[in-house]
Amino acid sequence: MMDSTTLFSIRLSLQVAAVSTFFVVFIGVPIAYLLARKSFPGKEAIDIVMTLPLVLPPTVTGYYLIIVFGRNGLIGRYLYEWTGWGIMFTWYAAALASFVVALPLMIKAGRAALESVDRNLINASYTLGYSELETALKVTLPLAKRGLLAGGVLSFARALGEFGATLMLAGNIPGKTETMPLAIYSLAGSGDWGAASSVVGILTLMAAIFLYLANRYSKRIF
Amino acid sequence: MGLKVTVKKAVKGFMLDVSWQIGNELAVLFGFSGSGKSLTLQLIAGLIKPDSGFIGANVSTYFDSANDIDAAPQQRSIGYVFQDLALFPHMTVRQNILFGAKGVPRQETAERYHEMVDAFYLNGIENKRPSEISGGQKQRVAFARALIRRPNVLLLDEPFSALDTPLRIEMRAFLKDLRKQFHMPIVLVTHDAGEAASLADSIIVYSEGSVIQKGSAGEVLDNPIDERVRRLLVGQPTSDPLPVNHSGQARRKSSASGENRP
Repeated sequence: MMDSTTLFSIRLSLQVAAVSTFFVVFIGVPIAYLLARKSFPGKEAIDIVMTLPLVLPPTVTGYYLIIVFGRNGLIGRYLYEWTGWGIMFTWYAAALASFVVALPLMIKAGRAALESVDRNLINASYTLGYSELETALKVTLPLAKRGLLAGGVLSFARALGEFGATLMLAGNIPGKTETMPLAIYSLAGSGDWGAASSVVGILTLMAAIFLYLANRYSKRIF
Repeated sequence: MGLKVTVKKAVKGFMLDVSWQIGNELAVLFGFSGSGKSLTLQLIAGLIKPDSGFIGANVSTYFDSANDIDAAPQQRSIGYVFQDLALFPHMTVRQNILFGAKGVPRQETAERYHEMVDAFYLNGIENKRPSEISGGQKQRVAFARALIRRPNVLLLDEPFSALDTPLRIEMRAFLKDLRKQFHMPIVLVTHDAGEAASLADSIIVYSEGSVIQKGSAGEVLDNPIDERVRRLLVGQPTSDPLPVNHSGQARRKSSASGENRP
């Protein structure tokens, strides 16, 4: 039923989602912390820019990514000049697109979770001699753990389903950048409904599992 | 020796302007809620920065606007028992207490920990979470956590306000006992006249951001300086009526706390 290119797309999707989620957590949690706990000029502007990919059509996000990372892009130009390598039409581009689209979910969920941590607990930690970093690691982040996990799981699910921005930046190259959503598009387009249904089934099941996990994590234990 | 506090702080239409000094004794900051008592504790602990003034304990200067000194809360060696106790819900009783032992030499930590468990009757609940123990036990854990590293000053922000009357009385006796074991300035915030009368060595009466009377407990209780203080002292211990200021307007209530500096 599934040929090797289809199997490849399943593996690639998991790889892209895993890599992008790693960076989403690594970068998203500190950003969420800053937005939740600090006041600085331009804070809400940063929140808006980071959240835009959540509401923009993914093709628009992809378009911006091309402007920045394309071979003639703001950053891509120098990358190509110095290394002779361009990110477009590689699986890295698919991971980058998924990262940008999934990041807002982590930031939104994380900011809400971190803001809900009782200010007095943080103050108590300060008066007991713990620096802000120590307090974040031992008090704030552990208490926001469930919301952060839920944000991570949602980000993974979103990354897995990313289509539009990936198509713009990574293209749809079977056996190279063709993730599951792109494979479904190709299979359906070429009339291979059997294979398309299999991939659709797998993707739906995975999304349902991740939503279940996200709901479970976001329930409070205290 | 003791604690010296002279601070000014304006918070959203409320002005705190107080000056007092105590020795190694239990001083009660007394007055209706909204008079700036809790704010004073937060200034002492360094959680909020005063506009100007001086805060010092024993030989350490915590804040001195004249010399541009403003020690971080982490550097102040202050035991702080919060009104809601602020026990860490994700830690056991043992972990909560040991969290307070930062800076205690490793070889001494175990000994001090057992000292605290004994002093605060916490045997048998050490592996429980705060959500699994009673109100009185939580109270004692909060005291143990605040005292294990032997701070220079102990600040108590209405620590008994959430308890019902029998337990309040038990905790008062417990705090009196504590006074004998730990020699340090203790500042207790309350608007409960009974609590002030039974615990205080000295009383500092707050009203609308100012100190209107200070003295030994006997002096203040026997000779209230004016009608306001008399009313406070005979007022119902736990109720908190909205008092009326001289111009007859209801006092602004929300402005005074100034809590939760972002």
